[in-house]
Amino acid sequence: MTSLRRLLQAFVLLIGMVSAVVAGPYEDALPKFAADSYADTEAAIGAVAGSGHAQALNLVEALRDGRLMVGAGQVYIRDAAGQFVEAATGRSMEAPVGAKPVRVNNRVRRAVEAALGSMTLLSPDAGIRLDAARAVFRSRDAAALPTLEKAIGQESDAAVKGALESARAAVLLAKPDASSSDKLAAVETLRARGDQDALALLSSLPEGTPAGVSEAAIKAAEGIRSRLALWNAVQNVWYGISLGSVLLLAAIGLSITFGTMGVINMAHGEMVMIGAYTTFLVQEAIRTHAPGLFGVSLFIALPLAFLVAGLIGILIERTVIRFLYGRALETLLATWGISLILQQGVRTIFGPTNREVGTPAWMSGALEIGGLSLTYNRVAIVIFAFAVFATLLLVLRYTSLGLYVRAVTQNRRMAGSMGIRTNRIDALAFGLGSGVAGIAGVALSQIDNVSPNLGQGYIIDSFMVVVFGGVGNLWGTLVGAMTLGIANKLLEPYAGAVLGKIVLLVAIILFIQRRPRGLFALKGRAVEA
Amino acid sequence: MTTQSVLDRQSIIVLLLLAAAAVLVPVLNGAVAPGSPFHLSDHLVPLLGKYVCFALLALSVDLIWGFCGILSLGHGAFFALGGYAMGMYLMRQIGPRGVYADPVLPDFMVFLNWKELPWFWQGFDWFPFAALMVLVVPGILAFVFGWFAFRSRVTGVYLSIITQAMTFALMLAFFRNDMGFGGNNGLTDFKDILGFPIQAASTRVVLFVLSVAALAGGYLICRWVVNSKFGKVLVAVRDAESRTRFLGYRVEHYKLAVFTLSAMLAGVAGALYVPQVGIINPSEFAPANSIEVVIWVAVGGRGTLAGPILGALLVNAGKTWFTGVLPEFWLFALGGLFVFVTLLMPRGILGAAKDLYAQAGQRLKPRPVSEPVSQAAE
Amino acid sequence: MSAPVTPALLYLDNVSVSFDGFRALNALSLAVDHAEMRAIIGPNGAGKTTMMDVITGKTRPNEGTALFEGSHDLTALDEAAIAELGIGRKFQTPTVFEMHSVEDNILLALKDNRSPLATLLSRRTARERERIDALLERVRLTAHRRRKAGELSHGQKQWLEIGMLLAQQPKLLLIDEPAAGMTDQETADTADLLRDIARTQAVIVVEHDMTFVRDLGVKVTCLHEGSVLAEGTLDAVSANERVVEVYLGR
Repeated sequence: MTSLRRLLQAFVLLIGMVSAVVAGPYEDALPKFAADSYADTEAAIGAVAGSGHAQALNLVEALRDGRLMVGAGQVYIRDAAGQFVEAATGRSMEAPVGAKPVRVNNRVRRAVEAALGSMTLLSPDAGIRLDAARAVFRSRDAAALPTLEKAIGQESDAAVKGALESARAAVLLAKPDASSSDKLAAVETLRARGDQDALALLSSLPEGTPAGVSEAAIKAAEGIRSRLALWNAVQNVWYGISLGSVLLLAAIGLSITFGTMGVINMAHGEMVMIGAYTTFLVQEAIRTHAPGLFGVSLFIALPLAFLVAGLIGILIERTVIRFLYGRALETLLATWGISLILQQGVRTIFGPTNREVGTPAWMSGALEIGGLSLTYNRVAIVIFAFAVFATLLLVLRYTSLGLYVRAVTQNRRMAGSMGIRTNRIDALAFGLGSGVAGIAGVALSQIDNVSPNLGQGYIIDSFMVVVFGGVGNLWGTLVGAMTLGIANKLLEPYAGAVLGKIVLLVAIILFIQRRPRGLFALKGRAVEA
Repeated sequence: MTTQSVLDRQSIIVLLLLAAAAVLVPVLNGAVAPGSPFHLSDHLVPLLGKYVCFALLALSVDLIWGFCGILSLGHGAFFALGGYAMGMYLMRQIGPRGVYADPVLPDFMVFLNWKELPWFWQGFDWFPFAALMVLVVPGILAFVFGWFAFRSRVTGVYLSIITQAMTFALMLAFFRNDMGFGGNNGLTDFKDILGFPIQAASTRVVLFVLSVAALAGGYLICRWVVNSKFGKVLVAVRDAESRTRFLGYRVEHYKLAVFTLSAMLAGVAGALYVPQVGIINPSEFAPANSIEVVIWVAVGGRGTLAGPILGALLVNAGKTWFTGVLPEFWLFALGGLFVFVTLLMPRGILGAAKDLYAQAGQRLKPRPVSEPVSQAAE
Repeated sequence: MSAPVTPALLYLDNVSVSFDGFRALNALSLAVDHAEMRAIIGPNGAGKTTMMDVITGKTRPNEGTALFEGSHDLTALDEAAIAELGIGRKFQTPTVFEMHSVEDNILLALKDNRSPLATLLSRRTARERERIDALLERVRLTAHRRRKAGELSHGQKQWLEIGMLLAQQPKLLLIDEPAAGMTDQETADTADLLRDIARTQAVIVVEHDMTFVRDLGVKVTCLHEGSVLAEGTLDAVSANERVVEVYLGR
């Protein structure tokens, strides 16, 4: 092993020596830094920047940061950790005695910036070119213009080219001696770019900009503003749909139990919480026993959460709620008591603090569409909510359980006399509603804190959704959830999050007074009875 | 005639017990030497005073739930509003003694860089005005809320849920700093009330006695209401709302009247509560608080006026004991209580006691001779 | 549109009600005179209860006219206002205030100022006491006056409810299946009581029990699918081909 390492060291040494012997423009320029003359330094920067040498970028950056040292006629680079390397070879070495930083003035600084820009703008790495273009866009340094032109001319990547053109437009607008036609073209480029940065640039043109250009800029800025407002509204609608999906998930199980049994289950939120904790447990088990399965942990958690929450729901129905049939207010109180017990139970077992539920890799990141940014976890939840909704719709429409549940919802007594065992349907419907709440918990664990209080945050909102949409009607729940979600998010920019919520609550309170049975109410004699 | 006088036997017992408390607490606290086992220590007086305020709150909930079938899950809102009205008076009394020593503005307003007192704080330095607001503010909210709710015949669980939404909305609103009620921290650091230092033992005893007097007054008002023909209409509404309508009663007017009265009682309870605990903050609006009140009523026995008082005292004493000894288990106990009472003791302690008493009476008395007038087939 | 002048106490014209597309009443027209007793018969779902709901303000018709005493538009008033006008209703299943004593049930029904303030301050007068005594006597519940109404038998509850109706001193009584669940003797007594009431007040009785309807001996209206199928004496209606087909059976 040691001999191998020695061999390698010798090889590196050899390469260093060869490169030192075969001097290029980089090596030729180095002594100029040691001359302690601004003019020489400036000339040397230009030479180094054009050299294409591997150390060139490193050296110019060191110069910018005051880390380029001169001592005994030699040039060194001190790295961030304080270690010295020889500028010519890149070899590390002892700190030389009496080394001083190369002095810089404003002209040198500008030269450094320009050099950096050209080295990065022309870098073979598209990522570096993009970053550099953005840097120029922000600095609007006229010195970068020639390099920019060159870069635009040879750029093949569309995204980078766009960024480069924006940068050139920014530079031109800031450059006092650019021609009006160039500036107008720059305004046009920025208008086409149409984002917040372009807007900021267009609305802060420097003094002395020709009148025609200013006018064009104002018009372009207005155009961008209305475009941004539109995207903003679309983004808010998206947030609204996303919130609506969360509400839909939380409320849809409640809609089933409230619809079939007229029972308000105050422990519904705790079923959501239990679903979230099931997810946590599943992930814990996966972490310790099968880390490879982490990506599908949520899919494993879904059926388990459904089962756990559903079984607890059936247990509650069998042991408490069925004895309170026909006494809706008492049921409300008893289930509130159950919710307290469940919360404290979870707190005792898992502790009062938030539990960490991980997000699988495929759910992180965001999708950019125009001015929209859709995070994958939200997209997943929206899709999931609609999938759950569709599934429930199909279950209620095409299975015998669904038929019985619908029958009991519409006319309990009649269903009973038709031979439907309403008792069993109650238990199953309650289990179904609770199970769906558990599934909701899996989804909500991705966007909310998993703590014993998780469910409480949703209970009032869920009731508002159910009551607003109309009891016993899944479509009503869907429309209710989406309406409330979108209204909430559209109100937020004007009224603020809290005030928006208050406005909405008051609006719903007023709405219930106008239509006590909700948007999609069942009508007729059966309901009155 | 089945109409009894306002002071029936139960009422006399309740009033006597309250009078005894009003006498015993000051005596045991002030006249009995601190070393004696019968001495009531200073910190227990405001605790007992707090229970008494809760009892009045429970009474107000029972008036509408027990006698008119309106289950409000938002009565804590009226309690808190009464408390805030009193808190505003106490804040104004601090005057220049606050941390920032502003002669007019309460500390939190100085902190928020406010320059002058908002219009809705005007007048609260004058006690009679503040006392009036203790009744008026909860009363108006209840009236407006009830006007919409009862006129559109929102009943049952729907009503319960929107009362809960109401208190939830108020909680969110009061958490905001720009509402002008001290935001998160609420109102606190009170100095004195009507010139008496609020921390002094003697002031606390007087506040306790006043709370007991308010409870007795509230009891008498409720008793009078329930015993009148108005009260009979309330029970009729509770048991058969639409029948009452077809008899020509405007059910919504009755509900509105009793709901407003009940909110005012709750406001008084809140106003007496604040000087004794020394703080009022938005968490008093929390929906969970309002639901807890309902269980006090259920435990004691709804539809009886003594029940809610008993229930509030028992449950709160239990809470104090539990949170001292087994804090982990209090929520289990409270949750279990909800389930137990609704399932097994729907009429509460007093209801169960009445049933036992009636059964014992049946066994002792000879069975009444079956009436020959009965035309029933079976 | 000016209301048509009608001498009838109750005047329904072209009244229609539909629930989610189901027409519970279909252009129903009916007139009842002062102090007239009318029996309404018809199969289930013929619209008998819905008609009562319209008259008492519980249900608003989609179209049509409903006038009381020629001038009061029943479609614009609520239950309480209609009750104040003088229309009393007895439900199919006896609905009394079960937790109140029998006499309190009558007391609550007595014609009196119904405003909350008035009831809060009301004291029972000697006149009221006499009225209650008389009414209890009339519905044979004097011996049960202090019992809770919930403890009464089914038949007694029916009578208590009729007593409450009388206490309101209505001009028109709507009575839904008074004989249901009664013994033969009780049924006969009830028929007597209703005939007695009809001497001074108008009564509409909905009933399935044909013996009872025959006992009443009044004009009969047969409803079917929300409109009037036949009207006349019981014999005439019973002879009607359609009535036999849809209701009485062959």
